[in-house]
Parts: sequence; structure tokens; C-alpha cells
Amino acid sequence: MSRAAILAKVRARLKLEPGAEAARRAGVQVRLAGVGGHLVPARGNVGGEERVALFKSFLAAQGTDLIEVDEAARIPAAVAGYLRARDLPPRLRAGADPFLAALPWSDDLARDTGAALAGDTAGLSRAIAGVAETGTLVLASGAHNPTTLALLPETHLVVLARAAVVGSYEEAIALVGAQLGPGQMPRTLNLVSGASRTGDIGGRIVMGAHGPRRLAVILCGDI
Amino acid sequence: MKPAASAFTTRSAAALADERLQRALADVPGGFVAGRARAKAALPEFEALRRTGRDIKDHALAHLDLYLEEFERNAAAAGSRVHWAATADDACNIVLDICRAAGARLVTKSKSMVFEEIGLNARLQAAALEVVETDLGEYVIQIRGETPSHLIAPAIHLGPDDIAEDFRRRHSHLAPDRDMSSPAALVAEARAILRPKFLGADVGITGANLLVAKAGSAIVVTNEGNADLTMTLPRVHIVLTSIEKVVPTLDDAWVLLRLLARSATGQEFTAYTTLVTGPRRTGDIDGPEECHVVLVDNGRSELLGSRMREVLRCIRCGACMNHCPVYCSVGGHAYGSIYAGPIGAVLSPALVGPHAAGELAQASTFCGRCEQVCPVEIPLVTLMRQWREVSFGDARPGRSKTLLRVWAFLAQRSRLYHAATRAGAALLHALARGRGAISRLPFADAWTRYRDLPAPQGQTFQAQWARRQRRQAP
Repeated sequence: MSRAAILAKVRARLKLEPGAEAARRAGVQVRLAGVGGHLVPARGNVGGEERVALFKSFLAAQGTDLIEVDEAARIPAAVAGYLRARDLPPRLRAGADPFLAALPWSDDLARDTGAALAGDTAGLSRAIAGVAETGTLVLASGAHNPTTLALLPETHLVVLARAAVVGSYEEAIALVGAQLGPGQMPRTLNLVSGASRTGDIGGRIVMGAHGPRRLAVILCGDI
Repeated sequence: MKPAASAFTTRSAAALADERLQRALADVPGGFVAGRARAKAALPEFEALRRTGRDIKDHALAHLDLYLEEFERNAAAAGSRVHWAATADDACNIVLDICRAAGARLVTKSKSMVFEEIGLNARLQAAALEVVETDLGEYVIQIRGETPSHLIAPAIHLGPDDIAEDFRRRHSHLAPDRDMSSPAALVAEARAILRPKFLGADVGITGANLLVAKAGSAIVVTNEGNADLTMTLPRVHIVLTSIEKVVPTLDDAWVLLRLLARSATGQEFTAYTTLVTGPRRTGDIDGPEECHVVLVDNGRSELLGSRMREVLRCIRCGACMNHCPVYCSVGGHAYGSIYAGPIGAVLSPALVGPHAAGELAQASTFCGRCEQVCPVEIPLVTLMRQWREVSFGDARPGRSKTLLRVWAFLAQRSRLYHAATRAGAALLHALARGRGAISRLPFADAWTRYRDLPAPQGQTFQAQWARRQRRQAP
């Protein structure tokens, strides 16, 4: 009942002209079918190396750590080294992502699989894209990369292919569509630009409000 | 008899005398204002994006019925249940019914102004539910029993010492001699308190910064990640938001998101921007089993097609507050309404009626900074002026109304007007007795209490201009 009442009131207040309804509906359909059309900041519209450099500059500004590896086979050692350097437990949880599972993991790093649990200390995910215009990671929910990995552990590591660093959010959505089907959305698409933070106490930024205290991007050359 | 001071005047006088509040407010220009200026300077397209953002919202509002139907269709296709609430009461009842059906005991919430507007916490608590605010500032406000004093920084009126006191009182099971000397220590304490709440909640309620019709998605932004924990861990997720949040497509959403964080905190992008589209999918191993979207009207539809319709463009960034000399002097609570600052002065009378909140339109110097920074170009000064007109029309006869009528009478009769201003200028000149300023003026003591009135130096501008023209004539 509320539904009909609200929509009727909206229509009444918009003072719609009876003859214009068909054109109005058609205009909305055109808008819904349209792609792009709005101004996109030029800063992301640069060549590959420059784009990656821009992406990295925003990671640094957010306080996100960066690990660069030239080939995927080096990811396990990079992860182990990152945790060791920060005196963090040598333990990691990841989802069912077949790419991550197939990496040459060593036995020094204990690995759990599945959604994150309360006691997990580090989570590993793979991002669909990185957006250069603001240094933003694009992560899709699902069994391969469960969302909780990005939320519950104090340390979140994210593998990102250099080739998946795009200029804009619009380009990132095209990559999501390429993976899930055009126009398809995962249950959640998480755009992450740094670790959890708050400025709510005294206006000063403190990291690790509720989510991860630290975020590390593993930028990988050959995937 | 002196007219009774308005509620805003009384509260703002108290705010100006509150040293703690003044210390807390002193940081606003250095933080948010400087941050926005840096972010704007770093993005050459910023001003063009503001115009695009304005046009997107105007288009969406002009076709609001159709985009709401489109959103409903696509959200339902993704497995969300869409509910419609005409009033605050309807919205609370819908949430209560969902909580009851879920057998909920603990509810976590991620800050939304719409919750404040509809009084959701009180209703949930009356139904014996434990309700926990998870945004850190909002959590502080909740344990103090206050309301937010800012759109995006609800506890901006408090300093770390105030919050330490509250935590000491509230978290009485913790060691009394623990370190509470830094914001970091206080954040760590709140994190430890709130984590079990996130994990134990039966229902998580978030707002939405935007709804995307074509995708059937809600977009929620936070820096703390609390909205993500709130929507991911409980069995039931409720998105409760107002109908004007809908935009056609993701491309429209990107424009507004590019404006939002930069205008709000000066960040390039908020740390967590989440597009949520329905409940857990087949094969998912985390996420809620149910996702509900509650679309709240509560006065919005009334504004469509009215002189105040542009206020519905608002994306709740808070820039107008941060740049407002009145807000930065008295803080949000002085406004005595859910929405404070220039946007509150325009929105509150629209939502609760001009009689209850019409005086807020007086709480402006009309300096226009709010309009200059609004990411969707809401003509805030024009809208406040319209509320002044409404409240002037409604006001009972009084001294100011009589004086304005006298002025209006004179202003429409130029000879009489010039004669009156000549007499007035001469009178004020005489009252100043050569000092150049008048420190007390009968009938205007409220004005002269805080500043001197510069005295006219003799002739009126019109008279001086006429003399100058005559002198220059060949």
C-alpha cells in the first residue's frame, strides 16, 4: 500500500503532463541503456607505465604497502617475507581462488581456506582490478575471494596483476563484466582504497578502526 | 516587552560560551576545509563534475517514480526484498517486523542520518533489542545519549578527553588505570568492544549513499569498514535509505562518488566504497542470507515540484557545514534539528515543518560559501531565503514584521524613501556624536551587544552621487 501511495504522490508532485508520459519513459530507457557519456577525469587516461606509477602514488598516500614481484611464483615468498618483517604470525587465510591455490606455497606458512574467522591474523585476496585514478582495489565477493578476508584479519594482502591496473572506475567495471558477464554484479563489489581508518576521535586519523590495520598490494608482473 | 529569544539563539549563546566545544570546532577549517581545497586543486575536472552531478540528480529526481520502479525490479531480481515506507513510523515498523521474523536479539547499525530522522534506535530498543552503533563517532554519541552534530563526523563536538571520560564510564569492566591518553588507544578500545558485537549480531542495518536503478545495487561508503562488517556478518542485512538516493546507472554513481569524498573529507576516495546487490549467492561462503531494502519517503515526495526541490540533490557530504561561519561557531547541536548547518536550515523545515524549524533559515549570514562548495550546486542561500519568506508570511505580527512593512512601504516610494534615509543618516550621525560608530542603539540592542554600528558620515550615497554628477557636468 505504501508503495502505490509513494509512487502516486511522486507522480502527482512532479506535475506530469498526460501526453508526455511515453516520451518520459522512453527517455529513461535510453538513459538506462546508455554507456558512459559523463566526464571522466583525464588523470587515469595515460600509458601503462605511467598509469601504474599513478596507482602506486595513491597507494603510498593512503598508507597502503606495496610489494612488487615480476612473476607469480614469487608471491608466496613475498607474503612470507612481509609477515616476517612485521613480526606477524606465519599464517594466512585465502578463499578457493584457483590461481592463488596453485602458487608454490612453502610449508613455513600455514594456510587456511574459506571465509575468514574471528581469530584470523592475515587474509589474502585477488583483486579483479586496480584503479589508477585513486589507487583503488576492486574485489568481488564469492567463494574464490570471500569478503570477510578483507574485513576480519588485521592484515589484508591483495594480489593484483599489473595488467589489471586501469585508469578509471568505468574501466574497472568493464573488467568485472568481462569476468562475471556483461552488466553482472557480484553480491558485493568492494572498492578498497587503503586500510580501515577513523578520524572520529579528535580529528586525527587512526588506522585499524574496525577492519584491517594494514593493507598490502602485491603487484604482479606476469599475470 | 522584549521578544523571547529564539531556541536557536539560546542554544548558540550557550555553544559560544562552551570552551570545550569551541576547542573541538577550531579544528574544522584546518581539517575538512583545507582537505577539500587540496582535493579540488588536484582534480582539474572538479568544477565540471559538480555541474554534471547536479544534472544527474535533477534528471533522476524528475524521473524518480520510474527509477524507483527500475531499482525495485533489479534489486528483487538479485534477491533483495524491497519495502516501501511512506512515513518514519512505517519505516520503523518494517524494520521491527524483519527483526522479529529473524528472531533477532542483537542489531548492529552503520551510521545513517535517515535512522536519526525516523528515530529508529528508540523503536528498536523499545522492542527489547540490543542496538549497537558501529561507526566510532556514532558509538560515542550513542553511549552519551546525544544526537550527531555533523553529517559525517557525528562526534565532532567532542575532544579526546571527553571520549576518554565516556569510555571510562561505559567500559567499567576494563582496568581503570589503562592507557587512554591518545586517540589510538581509544580507537583500539572501541575496536575490542565492538568486534564481538559485529560477530554476534543477528541483523545488520546500513544506510545507502546511493541506489543504482539499473544494477539494483546500494552503494555504501565508510572509512572504518564498519558498514561492510555490518552488512556481511549477520544473517540479515537491511539497507534503509530515502527515495531520493536513486540514480540511473553506475556511470552516474561514479560522478557523484568522485565528488563525495573530496567534498566531505578531502580524500581522493573513501577507504571502503561497497556496491551491494542482494543476499548471499549460490556457492558464496559468507554474506547475509537475507537482504532487505527499505525505501523511505518521509516528506521527500512532498518536496518534488516545490520551490525547495533542489535540496533533494544533497549527497550528505557536509561541505556546507564545514564552510559555514555560523556552523563553525556554534556546532551542530545549536540547530536543534537532525540536520544542521546550511543543509539543515533548508532540509529540516521541509521535513518537520516551517513552524518547528523555520527559524534555522535565520541562522545564516548569507555569505554563500555553502553554495560555492556544494558538490551538486544546491542554491542553499536562495532556499534559505525562501524559508525566510515562508516564515515571514506565517509569523504573528511583531516588531520586526512591522518594521519590515514600513521599509517595504518606503522602498516602493522613492521620494519618501530618500527623505527617510536622509533623516535616518542625519539622526545616526548625530547619535554617534563624532565617534564614527554607535555602540548602543535603542530597539537594536541585540545587534549592538556584539558589535558597533558604523555611523553614516553625513549625506546619503544618493545625495553624494547626485552632487558628484552635478560637479562633473560640463
